[in-house]
Amino acid sequence: MYTKKRVVAMLLAGGQGSRLYALTKNVAKPAVPYGGKYRLIDFPLSNCTNSGIDTVGVLTQYQPLVLNEYIGNGQPWDLDKMNGGVHVLPPYETQAGASWYEGTANAIYQNMRFIERYDPEYVVVLGGDHIYKMDYSKMVDFHVENNADCTISVIDVPKAEASRFGIMICDEQKQVTDFVEKPKVPKSTLASMGIYVFTWEKLRKYLIENEEEANAKRDKGEPWSKDFGKDIITSMLRDKQRLFAYEFEGYWKDVGTLDSLWEANMDLLSPSVPLDLYDPNWKIYSRNNNYPPQYVGDNADIENSMISEGSTIDGTVDFSILFSGVTIEAGATVNYSIIMPGTVIRSGAVVEYAIVGSDSVIEPRAKVGSSPENIENRDDWGIAVVGNNVTVSAEKVVEPKQIIGENI
Amino acid sequence: MSVNYNVLGLVFASMHDSYVSELTKQRTMGSIPFGGRYRLIDFPLSNFVHSGVSEVGVITKSNYGSLLDHLGSGRDWDLARKKGGMHLLPPYSQTGGIYKGRLDALNNIWGFVEHSNAKYVIMSSCDVVTTINFNPVLKQHMEEEADITLVYSRDYYNFDKNKCTTVLEFDAEKRLKDVLVEPQISGECNIWLEMCIITKDFLKKIVSDAASRNQHSFTREILQGKKDEYKIMGYKHDGFFTRIDSIQDYYNANRLLLDPEKKNALFRKDMPVLTKIGDNGPVKYGLESKIKDSLIADGCIIEGTVINSILFRGVKVGKDTVVKDCVLLQSTKVGSNCSISSVITDKNVEISNEKVLTGSETYPLYIGKGGKI
Repeated sequence: MYTKKRVVAMLLAGGQGSRLYALTKNVAKPAVPYGGKYRLIDFPLSNCTNSGIDTVGVLTQYQPLVLNEYIGNGQPWDLDKMNGGVHVLPPYETQAGASWYEGTANAIYQNMRFIERYDPEYVVVLGGDHIYKMDYSKMVDFHVENNADCTISVIDVPKAEASRFGIMICDEQKQVTDFVEKPKVPKSTLASMGIYVFTWEKLRKYLIENEEEANAKRDKGEPWSKDFGKDIITSMLRDKQRLFAYEFEGYWKDVGTLDSLWEANMDLLSPSVPLDLYDPNWKIYSRNNNYPPQYVGDNADIENSMISEGSTIDGTVDFSILFSGVTIEAGATVNYSIIMPGTVIRSGAVVEYAIVGSDSVIEPRAKVGSSPENIENRDDWGIAVVGNNVTVSAEKVVEPKQIIGENI
Repeated sequence: MSVNYNVLGLVFASMHDSYVSELTKQRTMGSIPFGGRYRLIDFPLSNFVHSGVSEVGVITKSNYGSLLDHLGSGRDWDLARKKGGMHLLPPYSQTGGIYKGRLDALNNIWGFVEHSNAKYVIMSSCDVVTTINFNPVLKQHMEEEADITLVYSRDYYNFDKNKCTTVLEFDAEKRLKDVLVEPQISGECNIWLEMCIITKDFLKKIVSDAASRNQHSFTREILQGKKDEYKIMGYKHDGFFTRIDSIQDYYNANRLLLDPEKKNALFRKDMPVLTKIGDNGPVKYGLESKIKDSLIADGCIIEGTVINSILFRGVKVGKDTVVKDCVLLQSTKVGSNCSISSVITDKNVEISNEKVLTGSETYPLYIGKGGKI
């Protein structure tokens, strides 16, 4: 017995995040740690709870173990519900055979039965790789007010960056007239945030059509795809459906690359960045490890940093984000870096402008990364990355831009 | 650890509230904050859970609002269970009024104990902070076929400093020889950790016996009165422990955790202390922050200097402020340009800019809940 839900959210969490390289070797991108004690997926899940959306399907595919374990029964986000709650939806086998999710639209198509159990009016489609706080209920209200078939959340981006995004062209009423994926010459600066509200009846129709069309193309050997931006939105525009752009004002960051992941973390240390993790009315929830409070020792020197529970700090930490259970020994230095859970930086090691993955060890006097000031040619400079469960032996050097996935 | 349905845990959440009357004005012993993010009841509950005990009764007495708020359904300790789980046992005395001692309390909640299928009962108070696995204690209790096994530790005892301590003496066979409450001595002693294992059938007998004789005190009537008659044994616990029996002691006990060895003995990786989850952000250190030798819980925002102190969740320390030798409870706000040393602030205390507050290490200054300075 399922009771009706006005809104159901579907969270696309199957992405590999291949541009995060060593950090997503064994974990799906939405499970990548962020901000000292969170994982990327905490943001959309917490937003759902805070927006009053209590039914969420999480579509997983790539390396689901850590992500499944992390989501569990959804209790940390208040999503352990008798009716509704969070449900992990992996690809499955049917009498017709088994198939992976063949694109974002196909992933939802394959889980239409999950959605229909709740007989929703609206379906919110979310990604698992953005950092932002957003009240989805306001976006749903906007969708309803405009009698829209689909509403796409957009953010105004600088003109120079517009060609990196899917760009929406709108009229004065914010009705979308055109959509161009990564245009060379952008006609607008409204970038899609990958957050959609659909009237379920309409989405259902277009998912089925797209599926049939794409399969027919495939049978004929033609190129085909089953994606939201490329196929569903384009088809709806072609058919003159009512598509609206919902303009979001606030902090929003895509963390698809190592550089943007590093930047998004550093943003938390900047007083001018409007992302408040301490607002009691819009908490970002995460699964807790029951670590004791952090211990700061006699030799510690900490400035402008964020540090999480269970850490032991006896070295120098400046402009850095340290996750739970991290150890910084006396005489170790960490500047402008992100140190993920359980990692140990031993005495005399220097970590600068780097991301060090979970449960890794940087042995004494090893050097990871470097300040851009020390590099003659700025093109040679970039973030140094050490993956998860990696040991960097004593006195070894990880150069800027280098990505280490195995012990050295 | 898998679940052991043979054992029932009982926590006395309101024993000795009067020792720390400042802190128990609006709460009970079990809900006194400790160690940056915990409440005293977290320690016995976590000890039970990590020892496989998943059926636990929490015996309350008075002022238990904050305790109920902390415990909720018991979910954060994995004790929201269909089989067993945590049960709150509010005060109800058949003799009228609030119960008078452990035996009276047990008599009044006997229906709950009787209903359990467990063969053994572990009793624990909240005023001793330690991390202990009860399985070796239980093993010894069963092997010795004891009626009661008392858990004790060796420690230095000083009559002038330590209040209400029960000192035990055992013979060569570890059998209880003498029980002294607050003896006028000093030196290394066996100190009872207010924990014991009792075979349930035996407990039933002593509780009903005591009720019919109108006796209330477990220590006096059973441990002292019946030590020769019953087989009462001792189990020595070697881990770190501390007892909280005064506000000065509370201050010292918190600051003991600044010794990494003691901290690691209490917060063992294999037996993490479980508590209510607060969903606070990480600690944020400002541009000119300076921190030495301190224990800092999540949600704190520190712009100034913190030395030798314990900061609970959500404490704010303003610019150019120095916090030294302090214990600042949850959501204390210290403004800028302040200097505070040897101060305990209770929850939600606010200290405005440019204040100087100085206590002494032997007599810390205590500021009550919600105080504004």
